[in-house]
Amino acid sequence: MQARWLLALAGVLIVGAFVVTRTVDNRYVYFAAYGILQYVLLATAWNILGGYTGYVNFGTGAFFALGAYTSVFLIQAVQAPLVVLIVAGGLVSGLLGFGIGYLTLRLRGVFFSIATLALAVVLETMMVNWEYVGGAKGISIIRPSAGPLFTNYVQLLFVVMAALAMGAVAVAWFIEHSRIGRGFATIRDNEEAAECMGVPTLRLKLLATTVSGCLMGIAGAPFPYYITFVEPVSAFNLSYAVNSLAMPMVGGTTSWVGPIIGAVLLGTLQQLATVTISSELNLLIVGVVLVAFVVLAPEGILGLLRRGTRRTRA
Amino acid sequence: MANRIVVRDVEAGYGGVRVLHGVSMHVEDGETVVLLGTNGNGKSTLMKCIMGIVQPDAGEIFLEVDGRRFDLAGRRPEEIVQLGVTLVPEGRRLLPRLTVRENLLLGAYRAEARRDIARNLEFCLEAFPVLAERQKQLAGSMSGGEQQMLAIARALMSTPRILLVDEPSVGLAPILVSRVIAKIRELKEKRDLTVLMAEQNFNQAVKIADRGYVIVHGRIEFEGESTQKLAEHELVRKYYLGL
Repeated sequence: MQARWLLALAGVLIVGAFVVTRTVDNRYVYFAAYGILQYVLLATAWNILGGYTGYVNFGTGAFFALGAYTSVFLIQAVQAPLVVLIVAGGLVSGLLGFGIGYLTLRLRGVFFSIATLALAVVLETMMVNWEYVGGAKGISIIRPSAGPLFTNYVQLLFVVMAALAMGAVAVAWFIEHSRIGRGFATIRDNEEAAECMGVPTLRLKLLATTVSGCLMGIAGAPFPYYITFVEPVSAFNLSYAVNSLAMPMVGGTTSWVGPIIGAVLLGTLQQLATVTISSELNLLIVGVVLVAFVVLAPEGILGLLRRGTRRTRA
Repeated sequence: MANRIVVRDVEAGYGGVRVLHGVSMHVEDGETVVLLGTNGNGKSTLMKCIMGIVQPDAGEIFLEVDGRRFDLAGRRPEEIVQLGVTLVPEGRRLLPRLTVRENLLLGAYRAEARRDIARNLEFCLEAFPVLAERQKQLAGSMSGGEQQMLAIARALMSTPRILLVDEPSVGLAPILVSRVIAKIRELKEKRDLTVLMAEQNFNQAVKIADRGYVIVHGRIEFEGESTQKLAEHELVRKYYLGL
């Protein structure tokens, strides 16, 4: 029942996004909204592994950039259409997630995090040295025409990203409300207990790293068309890792709503700071907010709300 | 039908440290067997070997459930739970941030157990009235004795044929230890279980054990055919009874 309502809501939102493109003409609006939606997608993807199973991934930038570079490669090689880029980005990053999971998930807790951090460094070095996709100096990407439905390409990207973000949220919702999600929760709470209870921990963890990596790759796939100039330092930027970790923490990691709240809140805040003061301020803002939340509301905004309702009930 | 476990010449350890040196033992259908040993002698490691959490370096572990025979070597813990063996781990290992009810329901993760979920839940809540009262409480906020009860109840939710219990007395007051031990006996009878229990509290363990083994530095030093014989053995008298 709840699922049907949420699906309907998602449909309305996507149609709404499309309708907005008919009425608002200011390109910056789409540019900014795309950025926020991209973070909804990244934060949701991060949360599937980090929030549900408790394995903290510091390598969001690697999965995101791999999606972006897969696109660059395919654009360079065959001028592949956007749909193909998105599918390919998801596949390649999902494969990377699976591989990393297979190699490192026997490591528990913090060791897994360190491995993901190293992954970003390794991949970035590889891209810096690969001339075909631009190497260290980067590469310019020319956007195709926006087609008959949209007046410019950023509008199209905005609608596409809205749909992708909604899709990711749907995946997270499904996982959370299925046996898979309950298995994830046992891993997060006590992995040894999960094993004793017959939860297939290794298989579930592999599923989590794969799905999470895949969604991050999907987030990165349209990036070359969005930014039109791809170079390693920005594609692998630390801000992706920090943001996609901070957003679920601020919103609340145990529910699919948490990353959305966090992404909209922090994403909007950073956009405002970029316009009014300077984009240099962004990571500082994230840092301060994250510290504040870890100290004052370790369970995020959702945790605060829950505590609030419990008190009023009592 | 017969449910039994046979362990033969098992060697196991962690990295370079060898913990079990050729352990052989067996648990027969309907028995309660106690594994006596003080800390660091390999009780938990043996339990973990049977569950597939630790893979033995040598030796064999066989399981017979309902007359069918399985080699447990190389199987993952979830497969072994699937076959009908469940471990109540040492130190309880609950899911502290989930409620009592959620802990119980998650105990039935095994495919076969999901069919019996309603019946098992009813049984557990009846067998452990304290859990029925606290269904919505977070597991981590209960007392040690209640947590141990929950750990046992959660294991029962998977409809095990053979129940392994690793040191149920750890960190409990003496009166609670008696209660937990009595509960294990009661459940064993009601559910036709075969039980292997690791313990260092001899006086409590013999109350329900049919026979037992004494494990010292990773070797089975004595096999007692009855609790009487165990109580008479010098090792037990010296280390567990202080005589």
